[in-house]
Amino acid sequence: MEAGADSKQAVIRVRDLVKDFGGRRILNGISLDVYEGETLVVMGGSGCGKSTFLRHLIGSISPDSGEVWMFGKNLASAPEGEMDEIRKKFGMLFQSAALFDSLTVGENIALPLREHAKLDENIVQIIVKMKLELVGLRGFENLMPSQLSGGMKKRVGLARAISMDPKIVFYDEPTAGLDPIMTAVIDKLVVDLTKKLSMTSVVVTHDMASVFRIADRIVMFHQGNMVEMGTPEEIRNSKNPLVRQFIAGEAEGPVSFFQQGDDYLEHLTAGIR
Amino acid sequence: MLLESIGRVSLSFWNQTKETLFLLAQTLYWIFCGPFRKKPVSRKNLFAQTVFGGIHSLPIVFFVDFFIGMVLAMQAAYQLEKWGATIYVASLVGVSVTREIGPVLTSLVIAGRVGAAITAELATMKVTEQVEALETMGLNPVRTLVVPRFLALLVMLPCLVLLGDLIGMLGGYVIGTVNLGLPSGLYVDTTIQFLEKKDILTGLLKSAVFSVIITMTACREGLSTQGGAEGVGRSTTRSVVISFILIILADAILTGVFYFAKT
Ligand SMILES: Nc1ncnc2c1ncn2[C@@H]1O[C@H](COP(=O)(O)OP(=O)(O)O)[C@@H](O)[C@H]1O
Ligand SMILES: [Mg+2]
Repeated sequence: MEAGADSKQAVIRVRDLVKDFGGRRILNGISLDVYEGETLVVMGGSGCGKSTFLRHLIGSISPDSGEVWMFGKNLASAPEGEMDEIRKKFGMLFQSAALFDSLTVGENIALPLREHAKLDENIVQIIVKMKLELVGLRGFENLMPSQLSGGMKKRVGLARAISMDPKIVFYDEPTAGLDPIMTAVIDKLVVDLTKKLSMTSVVVTHDMASVFRIADRIVMFHQGNMVEMGTPEEIRNSKNPLVRQFIAGEAEGPVSFFQQGDDYLEHLTAGIR
Repeated sequence: MLLESIGRVSLSFWNQTKETLFLLAQTLYWIFCGPFRKKPVSRKNLFAQTVFGGIHSLPIVFFVDFFIGMVLAMQAAYQLEKWGATIYVASLVGVSVTREIGPVLTSLVIAGRVGAAITAELATMKVTEQVEALETMGLNPVRTLVVPRFLALLVMLPCLVLLGDLIGMLGGYVIGTVNLGLPSGLYVDTTIQFLEKKDILTGLLKSAVFSVIITMTACREGLSTQGGAEGVGRSTTRSVVISFILIILADAILTGVFYFAKT
């Protein structure tokens, strides 16, 4: 992959990203590039900072130190007007889908269009129908989000994320909490969108079946550090015990079940001394 | 220990005040400069907020103001009877309702009804990532969520207060004519004679200030919510309590200002 790396264009560059929350280090110097047209999967255990990492990429939180560059612009120093232009070029599927409860499915998808594009209302309606068709929910535009199942919400969230035909789509655990069939459906959607519409995708997930179905490249996080990066093949054959344990899904291994910082014995006897 | 907690409370109060003023500045920016930069606030949303905040609040406002008007009349009669000046129940009710009781009471009711609803809704949107979703779509939350609620209440609260004033005086009138046996025409005449335009305007000005307090407190609490359903509950309670305190404080200050400005 090293040979091809030069020819590919990096649409996102992350350099030495550091973030603390309440004195706890959540991201500890992450540096990576996302290339145009690829699907990069970020995997790692719950609470290891994957969502926090995505939030930095979309500019909704700013790093304590380090930089995020998207389309050659530094997100931290981009003025509001420039940031708005950048925002039109990416979409995000949130972990909880984050559909607006007070709007119908169709209005949810139309919202970014009505806001940013001066389109005729008929055109907006046609785009909404097209996006719903793309995620397999034709004819659902008049339902309220509360009437949808979890998998349907995710798909509407996806339709909304791509309503502006973005260049990059971010997915935060798109398949978490879904049944295996729906997981496969969403995975296929991710692959289709990336290949057919030549989008760039950054997918956060800890579903190993998904990872190998969709990834062009995989990066694994552990406690705010990048422990491994490579193609699916390289990850599958990795010697790193952390990665091996994660792929095999074993309870015993270098990843400890306990995440507390203090020593257990000390913790137990704290009241005695 | 005591000093420490006083210090901590006043520090957090100061920080909240700063945040609230910052939110107000942003809101005013989007109201006055926003239309030149982006599309104006959606009229449908504004309408929905006005209907919810205004029209649907009418029954409870009428209920409260009507009975308070009656209570005021009975209280006044109890005192004035001794001097044989029962007719002045009319003017006393009129003046205290328009200047003081109407604006404050109506605003407190609205803080409990509309302020709490605003906080609960925005807080839920915050903890379910909807606010973040708005931001990533390039929709500023202050412009899309705060501005319509701010404008709706700024218009509706003075209207509610005006109607509430009328209903409050009606409550007094019912007591005055039915229980105290005052002639209906005389009661109305006395009320009108002592009503001053300035009193009514003072009340309306106060209610406009209170509406700013209610929406700004409610929106700040809602948008700064953290921690799931429990956080939503906590923010909602805090929003109502803080609004109550600020309304009473602002009322004391404004009443003082108007009183001393007169002399
Ligand atoms: N806004 C926040 N304030 C404080 N701590 C946070 C915040 N967001 C996330 N965290 C903490 O950061 C850690 C990583 O969270 P997150 O990025 O959501 O993990 P995950 O990899 O499961 O998506 C968690 O321990 C979480 O408690
Ligand atoms: Mg997460």
